[in-house]
Amino acid sequence: MTDLHTLTTATVRTQLAEGQISARGLVEEFLRAIPAVDGRVHSYLTMAPERARAQAARLDALAERGEPLPPLAGVPVAVKDVISTRGIRTTCGSRALERYTPLFDATAVERLEAAGAIILGKLNCDEFAMGSSNENSAFGPVRNPWDLERVPGGSSGGAAAAVAAGLAVAALGSDTGGSIRQPAAFCGVVGLLPTYGRVSRFGLVAFASSLDHIGPLARSAKDAAAVLAAIAGRDPLDATSADAPVPDYVRQLDEPIAGLRIGVPREAMAAGAGLDAAVAAQFQAALAQLEHAGCKIVEISLPHAPYAIATYYVIATAEASSNLARYDGVRYGLRVEADSLGEMYRRTREAGFGAEVKRRILLGTFVLSAGYYDAYYRKAQRVRNLVAGDYRAAFESVDAIATPTTPTPAFRLGEKIADPLQMYLNDIFTVSADLAGIPGISVPCGFASGLPVGLQLLGNYFEEARLLRLAHHYERLRGAFPDPPVSLAEAPRG
Amino acid sequence: MATLSAAELAQQAAKYEPVIGLEVHVQLNTATKIFCGCPTAFGAPPNSQTCPVCLGLPGALPVLNREAVRKAVLAALGLGCTVNEVSIFARKNYFYPDLPKGYQISQYDRPLAEHGSLFVDARDAHGRPTGGTKTIGITRLHLEEDAGKSLHEGFPDSETFSYVDLNRSGVPLIEIVSEPDMRSPEEAHEYVTRLKQIMLYLDVSDCNMEEGSLRCDANVSLRLRGSERFGTKAEIKNLNSFRFLQRALEFEILRQAEILESGGRVVQETRLYNAAEGRTYSMRSKEEAHDYRYFPEPDLPPLVVSAAAREEIAAKMPELPRAKRERLMAQYGLAAYDAEVLTATQALADYFEAAATGSAHPKAVANWIMGELAAHMNATGETLATIKIQPAHVAQLAALIAEGTISGKMAKEVFARMAATGEPPAAAVAALGLKQESDPAALRALVAQVLAAHPQQAAQYRAGKTALLGFFVGQVMKASRGQANPALVNQLLQEALA
Repeated sequence: MTDLHTLTTATVRTQLAEGQISARGLVEEFLRAIPAVDGRVHSYLTMAPERARAQAARLDALAERGEPLPPLAGVPVAVKDVISTRGIRTTCGSRALERYTPLFDATAVERLEAAGAIILGKLNCDEFAMGSSNENSAFGPVRNPWDLERVPGGSSGGAAAAVAAGLAVAALGSDTGGSIRQPAAFCGVVGLLPTYGRVSRFGLVAFASSLDHIGPLARSAKDAAAVLAAIAGRDPLDATSADAPVPDYVRQLDEPIAGLRIGVPREAMAAGAGLDAAVAAQFQAALAQLEHAGCKIVEISLPHAPYAIATYYVIATAEASSNLARYDGVRYGLRVEADSLGEMYRRTREAGFGAEVKRRILLGTFVLSAGYYDAYYRKAQRVRNLVAGDYRAAFESVDAIATPTTPTPAFRLGEKIADPLQMYLNDIFTVSADLAGIPGISVPCGFASGLPVGLQLLGNYFEEARLLRLAHHYERLRGAFPDPPVSLAEAPRG
Repeated sequence: MATLSAAELAQQAAKYEPVIGLEVHVQLNTATKIFCGCPTAFGAPPNSQTCPVCLGLPGALPVLNREAVRKAVLAALGLGCTVNEVSIFARKNYFYPDLPKGYQISQYDRPLAEHGSLFVDARDAHGRPTGGTKTIGITRLHLEEDAGKSLHEGFPDSETFSYVDLNRSGVPLIEIVSEPDMRSPEEAHEYVTRLKQIMLYLDVSDCNMEEGSLRCDANVSLRLRGSERFGTKAEIKNLNSFRFLQRALEFEILRQAEILESGGRVVQETRLYNAAEGRTYSMRSKEEAHDYRYFPEPDLPPLVVSAAAREEIAAKMPELPRAKRERLMAQYGLAAYDAEVLTATQALADYFEAAATGSAHPKAVANWIMGELAAHMNATGETLATIKIQPAHVAQLAALIAEGTISGKMAKEVFARMAATGEPPAAAVAALGLKQESDPAALRALVAQVLAAHPQQAAQYRAGKTALLGFFVGQVMKASRGQANPALVNQLLQEALA
């Protein structure tokens, strides 16, 4: 038997198949062990014990009958609370949906369970996935298991912290401007942004529809690959989901990487990017290891990268202003009664949304309004095309692009909350992949000031397999990544 | 403003030329909604035809109904529009309780189709048809979803609460926007009438105004006759019938004329028609108009209608009313008016053609259908789908009359029996014992009998009082119990009295 915090998708399935563990037993162990650790981390908003036990019982029955087990059989996972779960409240980290329980599962959730995974609960996040620190959750921030005074990143901060602390083997997060990769980097786990359309968005509560992605967070590229394989593929319920075939991501991990060309954008290393020296050093060391393994490191240029943040905050807020209009108190979610309809709307939305959500709704409403549309929204769409064009051009000559995932390691709680622009700049290396719709992965690559640093690898459309392979090989070159000080490792198994 | 008489007002208005454009919303009659699989049937219990998509639940996504696209393309082609190979869905953002997402998925700067036209009767300055045709331009036709319905009345607590029924939320609509090409309320009325007729021919909508499957807004402005420049327009909403459309326009034209005559300026605004009072009221000014913040709908890829797909839809285009009218006139020698009446619906035109094809008397067939058959359906509430009289029977009836087997008067009796029993006319004639007597020998005997019975009148006739012929005809018909061939009786009487 292994410790809970070191379980992998493969070990759980093997142990279950061999009768060393039962899924029900595993679920009970997690349910018992999580509160002690999560009391400090605050990654879970809602536990789903009944659903977890029911799913575990189904898997045990399969195992007992000796039937073939699905790829994620018995794997305890958790889901960011912007992803709908039937019968389990889905708050989006917002007062507006504090008591909202979906009638349906997100396609990714349905597929995850069909693949045998066991959903333990729902994970804390920035309200409606808007934030880079998890401080925008209406239910209190998540703390970084590497340093409880620091943020776990955001908006999938709960997902990254839970996986890092061993509170789930893997998690589903969402990434709109870096919300999977940035917290993965801050918490020392792997986070994958799939190609836009690779994973169905059905059931993902929309922040910015053209930028929203569901993707996995895990403790290894291999586990991320296994989760992606389960959730990827065309969904008739999402008109923007892609028909492209889903490769066997796990099997392709061990194919060689020698000869792959990795581009490093000159703009990322420029002084203006605000890159921390220690982060830069770790990044260079990782590149050197990849080069040593036979990859070719080449400098490239992404000339429109400096405009990505501004572009992102126009498009994302525009879409958000529209996507969040439905939280009006009429049908579901929070309603604050008033004498008139207009007043009911105002009071409901005043009470339902936090400051950052309001800020973005205002920004988005402004950039779409008559007289400003051309100057902001239309221009941003043009720049978005240019950003995507940069990547298309770059991928003519390289197989992947590498940057640090974030310019700095995890910052302190409260450090940037008063300065939204500083907060937004945290996404400087991540947003452009969302704008272009290309896939990306963040894999831990050492420490700066005792805090994890992430190596980001970006790939061409639908080349998740190559990114996972590079990350997987890099993990071997790097060696085992240590556990954070706060994790299930402290808790003796019962 | 001085109060003017109706006649004075009309005189004022005559100085001005109305400029009218219409926006017509047509609900497509697809079985399911435009972005989900919910049924579209009218009249179901509130909120019983809903799902996460049309309720706007968090995380639900729209998926386009291909049948709605097909019907919209068919409608566009039927109106002579150019169908854009790529069109874009856009969000129209506004808050309203019956709009569950806080935006309506519509189309904005790249609609499904553009540049169409519809033909109406040309009219003179007094609104009278000149016999020619006039083209009304169609600016655009786009696809969108309907909103739900707010119910402000009919509940015990309606004083304090409104209810929302989302069964209609997501029903497919096409919006058809005309150019400002209409110049009178009559012309606007004809435009919507013909538009509705085309939609019905294409079977893309029920066009039922009571159920809201056809709705209309009007833009109207005035300019001095002869002027090129458009005046300031008002938009009129809440036009729930074609009659209200015409009345609202008539009112609005007088209202604007009065303002202009008194030196005032028309304000650009949206006005609501109040049918009970027959007038329009200001709803909101231009300044209060919504900023809908349209932007491309990120949940739906661009709508692509390939040339091949368009051609496939076009290939199934039925003959439309205008072409059918012209063909019926040419093929069956019908008058324009008759062709108009008989093409009112596809079903009526089909019925007529089924009867007239192969008939030597298509005009008589047309008259029977427009006359007795229409009257019968009016009186009984039956429709072409339920009546017992087969089209071939109408043709046979016309033939029996033309051959002189029965008289026109008998034919009405025969027709009544056919309508009741569904018998072919020959069987009805036999059953009624109504066969017309056309044997000259038998009729001569009756004529002789009648003349002998009325010697005084015979003498008067011969003395020049020829008006008595009708009297004799009547007596012979009576003696024959109505079965004598009246034309032959007439002839034989004249011979006998000569």
